[in-house]
Amino acid sequence: MVNFTSTIFAEGELIYTDGGLLAQYAWLLVLLPFVAALIITFMGKYLPLKGAEVALATIGLIFLYSSALMYAHITSGVVNEFFINVGSIGVFDIEFGWVVDGLSIMMYFVVGTVALLVFIYATNYMEGEIRYTFFFTSLTLFAGSMLVLVSSPTLIQILIGWELVGVCSYLLIGHYWEKKDNSSAAMKAFITNKIADVGLMIGIIILALNTGTLRISEILYQATHEYEKLSSVAFIAAILLFIGAMGKSAQFPLHVWLPDAMAGPTPVSALMHAATMVTAGVYLLARMFPFYKSMAPDALDIVMLFGVITLLAAGLIAVVQDDLKKVLAYSTVSQLGYMVAAIGSGAYTAALFHLWTHAFFKALLFLGAGSVIHAVHSNSMLEMGGLRKVMPKTFATFIIGTVALAGLPPFAGFFSKDEILASFNHEGEITFFFIAVLGAFITAFYMTRAVSLTFLGEYRGHGHPHESHNLMTTPLLALSVFAIASGWVNIPGVYTGFTDWVTTRKNKIVEYHPESFDLFALSSGLLAGLLGIALGYYLYQLQGSAETGDDKIKIQPIWSVLENKYYLDDFYFNYVIDPVKINISRAVDKFNTNVIDRFVNGFGQIASLLGGIVYNNFDQNGIDKLLNMSSSGTDSFGGKVKLLQTGKTQQYLMLFLGGVVTISLLILFII
Amino acid sequence: MEIFEIVTYFVLLLLITTAVRVVTTSNVIHAAISLVFTLALTSVLFLLLSTEFVALVLVLVYIGAVIVLFLFGIMITRAPLGKNAELDNDKNKKLGAAIAGSIFLLFSYILVNGFDGEVVITSGSSTELLGEILLSRFVFPFELVSFILLAALIGGITLARKDEALIDEDQV
Amino acid sequence: MIVQPVLVVAAALFSLGIYGILVRRNAVMVLLSIELILNSVNINFIMFDTMLADVMMQGQIFTIFIITIAAAEVGIGLAIVLMLFRNRQTANINEFDLMKW
Repeated sequence: MVNFTSTIFAEGELIYTDGGLLAQYAWLLVLLPFVAALIITFMGKYLPLKGAEVALATIGLIFLYSSALMYAHITSGVVNEFFINVGSIGVFDIEFGWVVDGLSIMMYFVVGTVALLVFIYATNYMEGEIRYTFFFTSLTLFAGSMLVLVSSPTLIQILIGWELVGVCSYLLIGHYWEKKDNSSAAMKAFITNKIADVGLMIGIIILALNTGTLRISEILYQATHEYEKLSSVAFIAAILLFIGAMGKSAQFPLHVWLPDAMAGPTPVSALMHAATMVTAGVYLLARMFPFYKSMAPDALDIVMLFGVITLLAAGLIAVVQDDLKKVLAYSTVSQLGYMVAAIGSGAYTAALFHLWTHAFFKALLFLGAGSVIHAVHSNSMLEMGGLRKVMPKTFATFIIGTVALAGLPPFAGFFSKDEILASFNHEGEITFFFIAVLGAFITAFYMTRAVSLTFLGEYRGHGHPHESHNLMTTPLLALSVFAIASGWVNIPGVYTGFTDWVTTRKNKIVEYHPESFDLFALSSGLLAGLLGIALGYYLYQLQGSAETGDDKIKIQPIWSVLENKYYLDDFYFNYVIDPVKINISRAVDKFNTNVIDRFVNGFGQIASLLGGIVYNNFDQNGIDKLLNMSSSGTDSFGGKVKLLQTGKTQQYLMLFLGGVVTISLLILFII
Repeated sequence: MEIFEIVTYFVLLLLITTAVRVVTTSNVIHAAISLVFTLALTSVLFLLLSTEFVALVLVLVYIGAVIVLFLFGIMITRAPLGKNAELDNDKNKKLGAAIAGSIFLLFSYILVNGFDGEVVITSGSSTELLGEILLSRFVFPFELVSFILLAALIGGITLARKDEALIDEDQV
Repeated sequence: MIVQPVLVVAAALFSLGIYGILVRRNAVMVLLSIELILNSVNINFIMFDTMLADVMMQGQIFTIFIITIAAAEVGIGLAIVLMLFRNRQTANINEFDLMKW
């Protein structure tokens, strides 16, 4: 085990400790979920709560541990990494381990908190559903996989964690796999991620080959201090790693899996596709930020471009959705675009801050949507409406989440979005700044639309909705507290603790830290948010669309383009999947059947032919004939010999005398 | 050549002729009569060899009794009298001739190789001596032979009897 | 006294008798041929007796016995032929092949 001890970098001083026992035993965070998953698998069915209690206990422990780590980090700063060597391939040592530094501890805390609340929520939401125990196994596995990912000190472990969360995502999205749509959605998620993972793997290989090590901290050190080794391949490696991040964090054009992933149960959507798994891409970019910043700034421009495209495109699609979860899904894609664009513009802290706040309010929104869907038994907003009267707690928390997402003070989203806009402004990316502002406007608009169609107006459905169980509303309340307060940890000019927390790592982060509020960004963002809410309220509430559920702003043909998701899915199906499925797969199948199978069957035919030849010629004609001949020969010989017995004495005598003469002659002359 | 030899040769020649006649004639009676002649000539040969007792026994027993018996047998079994060609098995003739011929050659070879020269015949009668030896040294076979004759006699009578006679005897 | 011709003639008589047994169809004829054989044997014995000038005259003694036995045998043989004739009304030995396979 390698123990990192304090080192002072050349520029500036970072003050931290090595975390002591808390850091040393942080591997418990990673190991506990897997142990729990095993326990739930084998014993879950026989436990009173069907395995949920084991999951809750585990995630509770993780929450407590991560809170303790967070506290230790806030008070004294913790930077440490631990390695376990499991072997070596050539010059590369394969090491696993765990990192405790600002970025990781922040992620631990997010995962622990959101997962705990989602788990509590899920015990009630999934009650009576099929495969309840397996659901908790998968959720616990997912929590463990995410922790493996965010605690990895080596690129190998990131890859392993990456794939593990992909698998758990597949399992959880396809929870109701009895319906073809759900299993297709799971497959879509997995395969889209897999396509992106090719980039990730190649990028990792390039980095490892050129630096001679798999350890992230060492790669980053070489990237920031020894420029020669990586300079030729830095850009390619950066782009490839970003491709991997695109898959996981649903950037355009690899975002297509996220809306379909809403086929999974709502707790899954809340945990994975809002707070944790989709942020893995942002985490990767954040972890490798020193590398990007110092060696591949052009790659950062491309990252920013894709992030901005994503946030705008996804936001527009969210406007036309009738499914409540799909609105939130596209909203997530759009906000991920914000985070990625922030990283691309060099705002490390802003991106992570938005990740932090977004995790809380998006999880809140998803859980609230789950509560609504649970009550109405339908995902479609056209069958909702007027739910504010029957589900007050859900309504209140949903409003809090919406306002946080729209970016109004003093809610969380305001601060994080403002920092991103400020970063755009500072870097001089005015185009992207305005696109981001437009995105904020669209975000507020579609969220207000969603709220109006769901909660305001009158009920258009056929059921009897009622407020959800306490186990579901309590996490909503807890998350709403976070949705309000989580933004207060990084107020420029007042308290920038979050910046300190996430920049406390082994490799120094070079970025711009605003001293106070950027008024231009602040005003633009605020204005955009207020305008969006106003327009949404006007169109949907005052115009009465909430009663009829009619979308007043359907402007064809833009509406149909947006409804068809820019025809992107069709493009993928026709030009990517079908050529492979119809042409390549069929050709390979034909080759297999006609060539390979025929070849193998030929052996069988040759063997049977040989067997037939041997049977007919050697066995039947040869050996059997021999045996038959011996018996028939004996028979015919006997038949011929018996003719000697004629009964005529004279013939007997003749034979007798003939024998006598012969023997006498023999004796006389020969012997 | 002495007269004795010529006579011997003549007798031998006749002997062969009659013997051939026995086995080749198609008349049964002729075969029996030819056998008589053969036996008679054999007896003459014996006389020439100065064993008159055996010659006389031959004539008495063989010609006197056996041939008569044969004639009786021919009569009783209704053997086809007169000349007819159905007396031989044509199938067996060639093979029989071959076997007979080979036996003849074999025997003559053995005998000619084994014996040679000439013998001197002791003149005079040997009957007295023969009777003495027969009833002193060979009395045991002599008596046994008489038993055999008895058995043959009884057997012959039993075999040739008609079954009704047996039944009649029981009832009586 | 010549020796070999007599013996050769005896052999000839023997073979003629064999021929007769093999060829003749009537049972009585077969018996007749048997007599011929026995006769040839007699000639041989007497010849040997003369050649050897035996004091015991065994040749002659034996010849007498042969003659006697031959007579007994003919008696029995003819009795058998008679019985066969009574059963089958024929003396043709080809008819008596009940021992055929």
